[in-house]
Amino acid sequence: MLEGLPFLSIITFLPLVGALFIAIQKEDNAGIRNSRTAALWTSLFTFCLSLFLWFGFERGTAKFQFVEKVPWLETFGINYHMGVDGISVLFVLLSTFLTPICILASWDSIQVRIKDYMVAFLVLETLMVGMFCALDMVLFYIFFEGVLIPMFLIIGVWGGERRVYAAFKFFLYTLTGSVLMLLAIIAIYLMLDTTDIPVIMNLSLSKEIQLWLWLAFFASFAVKIPMWPVHTWLPDAHVEAPTAGSVILAGVLLKMGGYGFLRFSVPMMPLASDFFTPLVFSLSIIAVIYTSLVALVQSDMKKLIAYSSVAHMGFVTLGIFALNTQGVQGAIYQMLSHGVVSAALFLCVGVVYDRMHTKLIDRYGGLVERMPLYSVTFMLFMLASVGLPGTGGFIGEFLVLVGLFNINTTVAFLAAVGVVLGAAYMLWLYRRVIFGKLTRDDLKTIKDINAREITVFVPLVILTIWMGIYPAPFLEIMDASVNNLLERHNVALSAIADNPTMASKN
Amino acid sequence: MLFYLCIFLPFIGAAIVGAFGSVLKDKGSQTITCSAMTLSFVMSIIIFHDVALNGNAQTVKIFDWIVSGDFHVEWALRFDTLTAVMLIVVIGVSTLVHFYSIGYMNHDPHNPRFFSYLSLFTFFMLMLVTSDNFLQLFFGWEGVGLASYLLIGFWYQKPSANAAAIKAFLVNRVGDFGFALGIMGVFLLYGSVSFDTVFSGTPDKAGVTMEFLGGDYHALTVVCLLLFVGAMGKSAQLGLHTWLPDAMEGPTPVSALIHAATMVTAGVFMIARLSPIFEYSETALAVVTIVGASTAFFAATVGLCQNDIKRVIAYSTCSQLGYMFFACGVSAYAAGIFHLFTHAFFKALLFLGAGSVIHAMSDEQDMRKMGGIWRDIKFTYLMMWIGSLALSGVPFFSGFYSKDIVIEAAFASKSIVGDYAFMLGMVAAFITAFYSWRLLLMTFHGSSRADEKTLAHIHESPKIMTVPLMLLAFGAVFGGWAGYDFFVGDRMNEFWGDALFVAEGHTALRDAKDVPIWVKIGPIFMGISGIGLAYWLYMFRPYYPGLIAKRLKFTYKFLLNKWYFDQLYDRCFVKPAKYLGHSLWKDGDGTLIDGLGPDGIASALRYLARKASSIQTGYVYHYAFAMLIGVAVLVSFYLSGLGK
Repeated sequence: MLEGLPFLSIITFLPLVGALFIAIQKEDNAGIRNSRTAALWTSLFTFCLSLFLWFGFERGTAKFQFVEKVPWLETFGINYHMGVDGISVLFVLLSTFLTPICILASWDSIQVRIKDYMVAFLVLETLMVGMFCALDMVLFYIFFEGVLIPMFLIIGVWGGERRVYAAFKFFLYTLTGSVLMLLAIIAIYLMLDTTDIPVIMNLSLSKEIQLWLWLAFFASFAVKIPMWPVHTWLPDAHVEAPTAGSVILAGVLLKMGGYGFLRFSVPMMPLASDFFTPLVFSLSIIAVIYTSLVALVQSDMKKLIAYSSVAHMGFVTLGIFALNTQGVQGAIYQMLSHGVVSAALFLCVGVVYDRMHTKLIDRYGGLVERMPLYSVTFMLFMLASVGLPGTGGFIGEFLVLVGLFNINTTVAFLAAVGVVLGAAYMLWLYRRVIFGKLTRDDLKTIKDINAREITVFVPLVILTIWMGIYPAPFLEIMDASVNNLLERHNVALSAIADNPTMASKN
Repeated sequence: MLFYLCIFLPFIGAAIVGAFGSVLKDKGSQTITCSAMTLSFVMSIIIFHDVALNGNAQTVKIFDWIVSGDFHVEWALRFDTLTAVMLIVVIGVSTLVHFYSIGYMNHDPHNPRFFSYLSLFTFFMLMLVTSDNFLQLFFGWEGVGLASYLLIGFWYQKPSANAAAIKAFLVNRVGDFGFALGIMGVFLLYGSVSFDTVFSGTPDKAGVTMEFLGGDYHALTVVCLLLFVGAMGKSAQLGLHTWLPDAMEGPTPVSALIHAATMVTAGVFMIARLSPIFEYSETALAVVTIVGASTAFFAATVGLCQNDIKRVIAYSTCSQLGYMFFACGVSAYAAGIFHLFTHAFFKALLFLGAGSVIHAMSDEQDMRKMGGIWRDIKFTYLMMWIGSLALSGVPFFSGFYSKDIVIEAAFASKSIVGDYAFMLGMVAAFITAFYSWRLLLMTFHGSSRADEKTLAHIHESPKIMTVPLMLLAFGAVFGGWAGYDFFVGDRMNEFWGDALFVAEGHTALRDAKDVPIWVKIGPIFMGISGIGLAYWLYMFRPYYPGLIAKRLKFTYKFLLNKWYFDQLYDRCFVKPAKYLGHSLWKDGDGTLIDGLGPDGIASALRYLARKASSIQTGYVYHYAFAMLIGVAVLVSFYLSGLGK
């Protein structure tokens, strides 16, 4: 029954249909109520549909599945080509999982232009899912860039005091990177006469060209992930974004960079990836230690978590460029668990922000007295972020380190220093917010999380623990694709080693 | 099923009480966790009988944990003699502490939370001792660390408790950093992290080298030393010990269970468990011996000058752990575990006894404000005597058997590090006895230094607290005598089975029985003379200690400030980290990256825009002229053929 349906397209564009429905609602109370409900149901339904991907996905093969391919811009030979492999299917699920949570989290906290907000989120979902499914470079680029627009609006319209500065910083940073990627895509098209991703993966380019293309793609992905030193947009964007904006930004948008490395840089430019590994390692190590130290002295909760995100993403880039099974699987796993955990942490900040309208750590203290349930929830995600075994955060981090240790003990050693620092800033944050005496008068009436907030957190809690105790299903679904990626990479490298005349010497 | 229940009952108890504590109230929470623990204890005895005494070692697989390429880890429960011994110790002490806490935490408003944490700790500790691979060991390891963090910070309103909790977690993180790298090294070396595979593969790896941080070293030594860093953190060995005394901020039952009897011994357990690897690295063993012996001495000296009753016992724990380590270091693992076993009883007894004192003194912990109270709390007094006698190694108390064999083994190892350990062990035995009696006499004898109000309230603890004390005292008296044959005596080989491994040439434990008579008597002599000196000083010359402290002002200050480790670390790590973090943020991110990057470009553009606007003159012909130039450029561009 499922075979005939364009499944990925349905999942991708269903939110858009919801968005259209909301767009025609009136601006009165009923319309606002309708838009909230419609957004929630649309995103929930999309998530349920996407679960079919999880169950229907054939394990043990690296080929693209649920493939759809129809001619699109025929004069240029560009197709509307969609499909998922073991890597992208997980990110599609992550996106569809987080969107309803975001909408539910915004239920009361967004009070202006609610209709537009919901539309923005649903459009964003379409673009995110489409990006992870796209198997044509042009299609990919459109989705990839498109994501910028709703996110720009979410920060710029519903953000905090310096929202305009943050929104522009975010926009300019990412756009600058993307322009270079666009050039690279055009160059590939001109050279190979195709923009079809699976086709390009099977072609090989000369090393010289790979290096240039790699750098161009790198510019875009490094900003997205973000890597040091192009990370400074992230703390500002997070601080100014509304809670749900931060959730989706940390949960999914950062992963676009890591996904890009896995989809483009590594398979299409294996020689360049190999060549630039030391660069990536250096930048990532700096990111891990540098941002962990910076996180230590933050006074704004969101900024602290934002910096911790940069450190965690440092592990992702380290893992990807370790280019072995544990490294890459660890990196993907780290992205997934960070997607869940950092999203949850931003939601935790959102809970108290909604009540007190401040994110300054000093304004809190002793919350456990009034908010025991909240404290437990926050504790769990804090520990997951620290990478405590038994939570999702541990598996990815540890696998990355195992992968790194196999190729370079010094890099593994330095990265592990970040793990120690990570514990320091998170515990310190938790202590200042939750523990201590509750002395401030305005905190004395603060209420524990309500039913809606519990509903938001429960799936995240379950997933965090599940990913820590029983990660096998997630690792299994990505296994074949990762192995395929690495095999091809090694073949490409050994082809050069066997035939050094093909390219300039390493 | 038995195995599962034994391990998971504490978890079930913790989960139920954790989730429904507010409904169950104090009574319900206590009933559930205590009965779960009691049941678990009964099962642990059955398991001990089956596994250790009948020799039925076995492993129960649960399910796959991580499968990533060759990196394959399972959840599994491993039961051999070493595990069985630890089960008895952990569950036994934990059960008693659970019951004791019913009385001790009587007035605390957060009973459900406390009992949930205690049971949760027990579960993680059980996961640690039953692990079948390095990663599960690490899981339990960090899990007990978490429980310890939660319990140290149990009174979350106290800033000092919060600080101590964070410190415990972070110092342990530093240790775990080494541990984790060690596990990675094991995987690199063996392609597996399962104990069986690694242990059976070790003989082949004896000569292999490995690249680490740019150098090429003996692989097993690198791995063992990294793992040992983890053990040092958890067992508060010299350098990574700073968290343990501060951990006394937690409720006293916690100190007895976690920071004396069980968790802090995890490092010793780890070395014993990994004896098949450590035995192949002489360097690693030597390091273990040196660190252990130095800690035994260092902590004993600091214990001399502390005034907080719990801190004295904490440093004593630190010191005794040192003994266990150097026993392992000279390949006398069985002796180390034997000392771990007896120590669990008498140290838990001492802590719970101290708890009883503190309870009686209305939460006073400073010994300078105690004194002369033995008549009011005779039972506690007796218990403290038994604990101190056992700790000082007075003959026929449990500590005597285990401490003697440890010191003798060090002597019998006939190596330089062994001699070092032997000498420091002897000196530490003297100091141990001295500070134990200093504690006893300062607390119970002399004139009372407490205020009226406290004195009026002094009372013996209720039954629920004294009965556990009695049971522990029973262990402290007879534990050594009963265990000697099995642990280190004639039935040793049969008892341990394959749980411990000792290489061919390492005969310290066997030779320990044939040491000269002065070595055999030495520790006893040291212990008794330490007691004698303390007795003389504090009973008959009570003004002497103050005088000595004044005379040796520098030494006294040095010891009182715990060799200045905390100050040193604060200066070297904590302050620089914060300073660095701040300057990286403001100067690095702010001035440099943003200044040159987005903000810089933005202001440059604004500048250009201002310049450009001055060109805007408002005259139409200027614009027309500019347009013409533009068109001209474009046209020539196309004509030249570049635009194709």
